[in-house]
Amino acid sequence: MGLSAMRAEERADREDFSMTTVTRRRALRYFGMSVALGAVIAALPSAAQDRTSVKIGYAISKTGPNSGGAGITTLPNYVLWAKEVNDAGGLEMPDGKKLPIEVVEYDDRSSAEEVVRAIERLATQDKVDFILPPWGTGFNLAVAPLFDRFGYPQLAVSAVTDKAPEFVKRWKKSYWLLGGGHDYTSALAGLLTKAAGEGTINKKIAMISVADGFGIDLVTAARPSFKDAGFEVVYDVTYPAGTTDFTPMINEAAGSGADTFVAFSYPPETFAITQQAQVAKFNPKILYLGVGTGFPVYGEKNGANAEGIMSLGGIDPKNEANAAYRKRHQEVTGQAPDLWGSVITYNSLQMLQEAIKRRGLDRDAVADELSNGTFQTVLGEVKLEDNQLRKLWFGGQWQSGQFVAVAPVDREGAAPAILPKPAWK
Amino acid sequence: MRTALGFAAAAIVFAVLAFAPFYLDAYGIGLMIGMTGYVTLASAWGLFSGRTGYVSLATVAFFGMGAYTVAVLNETLPYPVILLVAGAIGLLVAVVVGFSTLRLAGVYFVIFTFGLAELIRQLVTWFETTVTGTLGRYIFLPVGPEHIYWQLLVLCAATLFITWWVGRSRLGLALRVIADDEVVASHIGIDIARTKLALFSVSAVIITLVGAIQAPRWTYVEPAIVFNPTVSFLTLIMALLGGASRLWGPALGAIPLFLLFEWLSANFPDHYSILLGLLFIVIVFVLPRGVAGFAKDLTRRRPGGTPAAPKLDAAPLGTESREARS
Repeated sequence: MGLSAMRAEERADREDFSMTTVTRRRALRYFGMSVALGAVIAALPSAAQDRTSVKIGYAISKTGPNSGGAGITTLPNYVLWAKEVNDAGGLEMPDGKKLPIEVVEYDDRSSAEEVVRAIERLATQDKVDFILPPWGTGFNLAVAPLFDRFGYPQLAVSAVTDKAPEFVKRWKKSYWLLGGGHDYTSALAGLLTKAAGEGTINKKIAMISVADGFGIDLVTAARPSFKDAGFEVVYDVTYPAGTTDFTPMINEAAGSGADTFVAFSYPPETFAITQQAQVAKFNPKILYLGVGTGFPVYGEKNGANAEGIMSLGGIDPKNEANAAYRKRHQEVTGQAPDLWGSVITYNSLQMLQEAIKRRGLDRDAVADELSNGTFQTVLGEVKLEDNQLRKLWFGGQWQSGQFVAVAPVDREGAAPAILPKPAWK
Repeated sequence: MRTALGFAAAAIVFAVLAFAPFYLDAYGIGLMIGMTGYVTLASAWGLFSGRTGYVSLATVAFFGMGAYTVAVLNETLPYPVILLVAGAIGLLVAVVVGFSTLRLAGVYFVIFTFGLAELIRQLVTWFETTVTGTLGRYIFLPVGPEHIYWQLLVLCAATLFITWWVGRSRLGLALRVIADDEVVASHIGIDIARTKLALFSVSAVIITLVGAIQAPRWTYVEPAIVFNPTVSFLTLIMALLGGASRLWGPALGAIPLFLLFEWLSANFPDHYSILLGLLFIVIVFVLPRGVAGFAKDLTRRRPGGTPAAPKLDAAPLGTESREARS
């Protein structure tokens, strides 16, 4: 019926036809303008002086297995940022004029093929001015060649990869803001070395990891990190994602004589290990768990028992800009940001906003500014090194209801870690 | 005469399609890749399942193996050799699996194939974590989208040709008897197991190649990405909508459904799943025997025609009569 006809028509004169429908739809949704007016505006040439908006597009996993992570770290920040910018009158251009953001959003349904096609659609059909990256290491890599081919800067946040320097060479306009597995494990090794030097812990580590992307990356990086720091990994096993019973592993770790227990786990397991360690009365001097520890709900659920538990990420509670951001995030999206990638995501959007203010909507100029400029963001002063954000908090610890940054230990602003971890309540 | 005309028409259609990348932008090519991929998957699925009534959910097991083979070998072997290796692996697994399971019937086979996809995914994960110590793999091949599209187009044409050929060969004749009554088939000397195994293997190799050809599009491959069970379900739905047992049936299902998915996700990104669910219910009620079956019904209802007989090849799942018998 009409569908194939519509496709044919759209293909025949894609240039104006599809643009008209898209603009019309967005116009109705976001501005409430009349259909006719929207069509007229879309028909106008899109030179800067005729612009009435800046199109920002993204494809994100709103459904499927990736929706959990995307819905915590990435999507709320996109929503918050677009709202804040539009409430303030829009994105500021170099000439001082403000243009509102027009959002084009797609659901990639956690499918690699879908996210690839959605980015192609954003670039060639919707002709958006900038594209925000999807969630996850795999998806950011899947779309990187497309961002590169269509000339869009890619501010990849939720992608932890040690290969960032290689990627930057391959894709000049790609930016990697969350570090690599090795950064996190060497920061942890640094913290452990300090504690061992003070005589708080012995030099033995018990380690478990989930047999999936994150766990493998981290554990592969951790083995040399710990070895170089002179630690002995006395227990080292992987478990399949979705494991619910950790009692055997916890008992083995408890019997291994290690003072440090590390689990590179996913959220469901992070919560389960926390519970089961309490039941088993297993209270290592250092307890380091994986993804999920930095979720606000982890602190809420575990209350006083969260005290002293460590993980990746962390925030500097003395940073007022970050505190204000956390409050706005809660108010606008109705949920608290996580304590690791959320603020970095928001920071990447602020960088983009500032780069546009300085250089306009020319994507090459904006990419150049992102690579070389210095930005004042929610993280403080930010300057990328070789397109990567290197000044990051790689380790945090729950201290009196806050997930405080404690590693790298030699970075200014790092709080001293509470060692050994207090007893379970 | 009709065959020659059909071949000529198909040749023209494929020739026109081969020129598509010169007129389409990146999104258009992406669309054509997805569509050709699913037409091939659905046709290959129909080649085995539509003709034997064995509903397979193992599509993604083979698809993922193909993609993973490319991911593992892309830095060590030339691309055409990788495709050959992928096809060989698909064949090997299909023969082993086929030998051990094609005696299962009805719902047992469905469950087994679903488990097979998960089994292979876990085996790959286990191997990667314990032996190689990495999980994600990168594919940096100089294969552009248009190359992927052309390869898929060739594979699609080959699949349709094989399907046509099987329909006219002794093998096809044997299958028809098996589908009607396995007991009769074995009594007249048809080697049931070998016939089914042959078809299962051909279908599996094609599916493996689809995965291998599409893999360079993702740059990064890990088991969760390539062993996504949605691929199995979409293939099945598309083939059933079109009519799994007919030559053009799966294509008739795959093309409109693929375009519909695309249209829904572009225009109703937030209501996609709800609309899709409603749509499937409508399809089951309105077109229980697939588009091809529906069209056949229409022609048969003409004055003078014989009324449509409920035959296995047109039944929606093709399993009911088999289950009743086994």
